[in-house]
Amino acid sequence: MSPGFLADFTVQRAAFEVRIELELHQGQVLALMGPSGAGKSTIVSAIAGLERIDAGRISLDGTVLAGDGVHLPPHRRSIGLLGQEPNLFPHLDARANIAFGARAAGMAKAAALALAEQWLERIGLPGMAPRKPAELSGGQRQRVALARALAAGPRMLMVDEPFVSLDVEAAADMRTLLRHELDRTKTRTIVISHSAVDAVELADELIVIEHGSVVQRGQVRHVLAQPQTRFVRAVAATLPAADDPARG
Amino acid sequence: MARVPVDVGTRAPVIAVLPALLGLALLVLPLIALVSRASWSTLLSDVTSKQALDALSLSLRTGLASTTLCVLLGVPLALVIARSPARVAHLLRALVAVPLVLPPMVGGVALLFLFGRSSQVGAWIEALWGVSLTFSTTAVVLAQAFVALPFLVLSVEGSLRSAGAGYEQSAATLGAGRWMVLTRVTLPLAAPGLVAGVILCFARAIGEFGATALFAGNAPGVTQTMPLAIYTAFNGAGTGRESAVALSLLLLATAILVLLSVRAWRPGALK
Repeated sequence: MSPGFLADFTVQRAAFEVRIELELHQGQVLALMGPSGAGKSTIVSAIAGLERIDAGRISLDGTVLAGDGVHLPPHRRSIGLLGQEPNLFPHLDARANIAFGARAAGMAKAAALALAEQWLERIGLPGMAPRKPAELSGGQRQRVALARALAAGPRMLMVDEPFVSLDVEAAADMRTLLRHELDRTKTRTIVISHSAVDAVELADELIVIEHGSVVQRGQVRHVLAQPQTRFVRAVAATLPAADDPARG
Repeated sequence: MARVPVDVGTRAPVIAVLPALLGLALLVLPLIALVSRASWSTLLSDVTSKQALDALSLSLRTGLASTTLCVLLGVPLALVIARSPARVAHLLRALVAVPLVLPPMVGGVALLFLFGRSSQVGAWIEALWGVSLTFSTTAVVLAQAFVALPFLVLSVEGSLRSAGAGYEQSAATLGAGRWMVLTRVTLPLAAPGLVAGVILCFARAIGEFGATALFAGNAPGVTQTMPLAIYTAFNGAGTGRESAVALSLLLLATAILVLLSVRAWRPGALK
């Protein structure tokens, strides 16, 4: 079995079947777009292990995560998940939140907390270690959540609309930070977004799904320059002129 | 022209004030009457009499035991309800709430029929341990747990349900196994509900009368808790009305202390 992330599976939903086939190499960032209810979150849940697949297989670096009678629980998949809500543990301070993954992996408390301090520096929040999530702004919480996901050292990351609840400025900062950290850590990543800007700025490849099936896939700029559905046309139209692939 | 701020919908309508005051009076006046009847000169000797101290000690011991039992059984039950599909959770919640709406006397009869000597379960217990459960201190603990468990379960379950499963899923994707999720995420998130639940559960347990009277009886030092001692004193079989009033004041003071601690522990009450 070749190294990398390979997924080819279906999940049966009440209204339709969600079917996806994708491959992700080390350091690659893939954008997954689609209208609401297209099945994006189902795909994320299935890959993370929060939902079972009905057919097919998911494997990561030669280990079968799902399929062939296997269903590894989320904590044994090493796939980080950064969602719309940062879901920081409200009873733990920023530092303990970031240290959580390292502690789960068996790292000693002092070492995990030191690692968390380094991450706080890296995400531009030094001195915020003792703050509880309720004492942080929305943007700061999302930064801590990103640090928490990456500090756990996942073999792959999934980012599900992480900028939706942020204001424009915080979203732009967060996007820059995410790009920087993905470049630095070479973490293979799936970014789910409604925004063409996210796809262009973060991803190498774009897959568009509608009603549970892939309708278009390829290089981000190529897909957006040659939209084949109304949805893709609408998404491409939201790009600022400088980013417009049709004019670029 | 300056605008006059209009106070719409923020104040209670005038028509509600009178019934509201009557309602408040219904709750507060009896307690004032109770306090006014206290015989202050004999209060100390009344509450320190052997019967009163026996009853107080038994109430505290059985209250602590039944609250511990409720925590051991109630937290897992709350967890199961909070993470069950909606229909199952609805059914389980209804079952748990039954003792809340059931007259405690009926609960006592039901416990007697389950654990009494004439029942199969009672016979097994007697064959196993050589003692009858009924009319023992253990029976007091069981009766208290029966009426108090819903307070703990519903409080903890509400806490878990409002926290949702999102934090637990995040913990799992960070590599935390089930045990770590439970101890580092689930239980700390349920802590405010657990603290409030424990306090309410203890208050309900030490105030329990009906189920205890029927299932455990009224033997001084063995099953006669504070409420039973008050009842006995009022019936003239005990040391008299003064001591009944004194014991009632002691229970009232305990209840107020419990309520104050619930307020102090309410989530968000402390920075």
